[in-house]
Amino acid sequence: MTVADPAPPPASGPGTRTPGHRGSPPPRSVRERRTAFGLDRDAWFLLLPALLPILILSVGPLLYGLSLAFTDAQAGRTDPTQWIGFDNFADLRHDTLFWDSFRIGLVWAVSVTAIQFVLALGLALLLNQNLRFRWLARTLALVPWAMPEVVIGIMWRLVYHQDAGILNATLRDLHLITENVNWLSSLSLALPAVIAVGVWAGMPQTTVVLLAGLQNVPHELHEAAALDGAGLWRRFRAVTWPALKPIVLSITALNFIWNFNSFGLVYVLTQGGPGGETRLPMLFAYEEAFRYGQFGYAAAMGMVMIAVIAVLLTIFLRNRLKEADQ
Amino acid sequence: MGRAGQYAALLCYLVFLAFPLFWLVSSAFKSPQELGTVDPSWLPQHWSLDNFRDAFDQQPLARSALNSLIVACSAAGISVLIAVPAAYAMVRYRSPVSKAATGWILVSQMFPFVLVIIPLFLVLKNFQLINSLFGLILVYVVWNLPFALWMLQGYVRAVPASLEEAAAIDGCSRFRTLVSVVFPLLTPGLVATLMFSFVTAWNEFFFALVLLKSPEKQTMSVILTHFLGDEGAADLGPLAAAAFLATLPSLLFFALLQRRLVSGMVSGAVKG
Repeated sequence: MTVADPAPPPASGPGTRTPGHRGSPPPRSVRERRTAFGLDRDAWFLLLPALLPILILSVGPLLYGLSLAFTDAQAGRTDPTQWIGFDNFADLRHDTLFWDSFRIGLVWAVSVTAIQFVLALGLALLLNQNLRFRWLARTLALVPWAMPEVVIGIMWRLVYHQDAGILNATLRDLHLITENVNWLSSLSLALPAVIAVGVWAGMPQTTVVLLAGLQNVPHELHEAAALDGAGLWRRFRAVTWPALKPIVLSITALNFIWNFNSFGLVYVLTQGGPGGETRLPMLFAYEEAFRYGQFGYAAAMGMVMIAVIAVLLTIFLRNRLKEADQ
Repeated sequence: MGRAGQYAALLCYLVFLAFPLFWLVSSAFKSPQELGTVDPSWLPQHWSLDNFRDAFDQQPLARSALNSLIVACSAAGISVLIAVPAAYAMVRYRSPVSKAATGWILVSQMFPFVLVIIPLFLVLKNFQLINSLFGLILVYVVWNLPFALWMLQGYVRAVPASLEEAAAIDGCSRFRTLVSVVFPLLTPGLVATLMFSFVTAWNEFFFALVLLKSPEKQTMSVILTHFLGDEGAADLGPLAAAAFLATLPSLLFFALLQRRLVSGMVSGAVKG
């Protein structure tokens, strides 16, 4: 993790405060007058109410969580927690259930991210055209985003329901199936079924972001390319895609990470079943921690997850921070 | 692709999008008898509110809605209140701190939450804040903050620095400038961030599931899972009715704020 510890030591009071506040001659620019970390007292005063809670309740717990991975911490035990070094990780190496869930997590995250991206790109290109009812599609596109993931899960359970679900009824009407399928309880269909829900739930946000990216694509370039006789595909390759690429990179990386870490949707849909076929790593770690009380072990799982993500994160951040720095 | 093809694609998309939504609403308003039949119809034959009544009978739905409301409003209010000055400082003072905070905002999106929830659980337990709405509010504030900071920075950047310099020349203190010049200009961004934080907190599930134990303390998203019963033997009608109700506040806010939300979401991902 390249920027995991960005927190400066809590302000020990900017001792070298420059004179000149109320009533003094105005500064040439609002940005001058600097002291500790390039910030004067006013700035610290403005920043601390936000920075302190973040330090205490998210940086702190994260570090604590990382350290828990090296202990045998358990829920509700009375004897003191022992430091056990890499034992949790050694156990984890042989935990086939965990690696199964890890594999499922990767399949889930890659499929959802990829399908979501392809559909969202197509949709964004479509919505970028001058179509009637485009506003309707744009507005509706965001509805899934506003829905709680629990509701999305419940809604799709109603759709997938073996007897009362609309999916089976529709497929039967279309003569595509003769017997009702039990989507969420079938060993082979459960994972594809939850992946479809993941795509449905995450597509809007991706679409909107890509749509915004498309609007930054210079129009004149498109026209010039068209005049030069470039076809649709050539224009996409030569004009649209290069302009879109930075956004594609960041939204894809973020989507992958969110999907890999996702929990609620699948928890509601299948609780990881049938037979663990949809047990994402977060579901596994959640059960380990809060059903079996194995805090240390679950923290080690979290750390393995973060290690994988960190690799992607570095690639991602290198690009993003460069842009943010401009 | 011709015009017709484009409209066909748009239609497919709308169907894909609306299909499950439509089914949720339709199921919520069907009579319990109708939901029991094996051959479901698209629309309710008799529109009925029985499912809603049953939902309130089966679970403390009203109580949980109130809990959600308390938690989401407080979390949104507090996070915006402390994010505004910080976002301002991050934009106006280029410094390692701003950079670190920006980095943190990105990093914080990446955690497997389990790594954070275990220590948070232990810490909150020490302070007797498990099963407490206040504890959950604290957690939401901190988890809303990065995004709130991110969104607000965009709005702060849009306030011309020259306005502030003019105020400074007129003898305004920095604080005074902030309150009487910057704040009013930030109002749209503030409202957007507020609603965004509200929706996030209203919809959140994982932290609420872990931190709230007793049904009278649980928020709506947690209570909804009680309708699922064991092994998926759910009572479909009340389940659909309750799920429908739980989306209403977010959808309402969303409808009010659609345009701004979009630009806020986008500014995070596009502009950096």
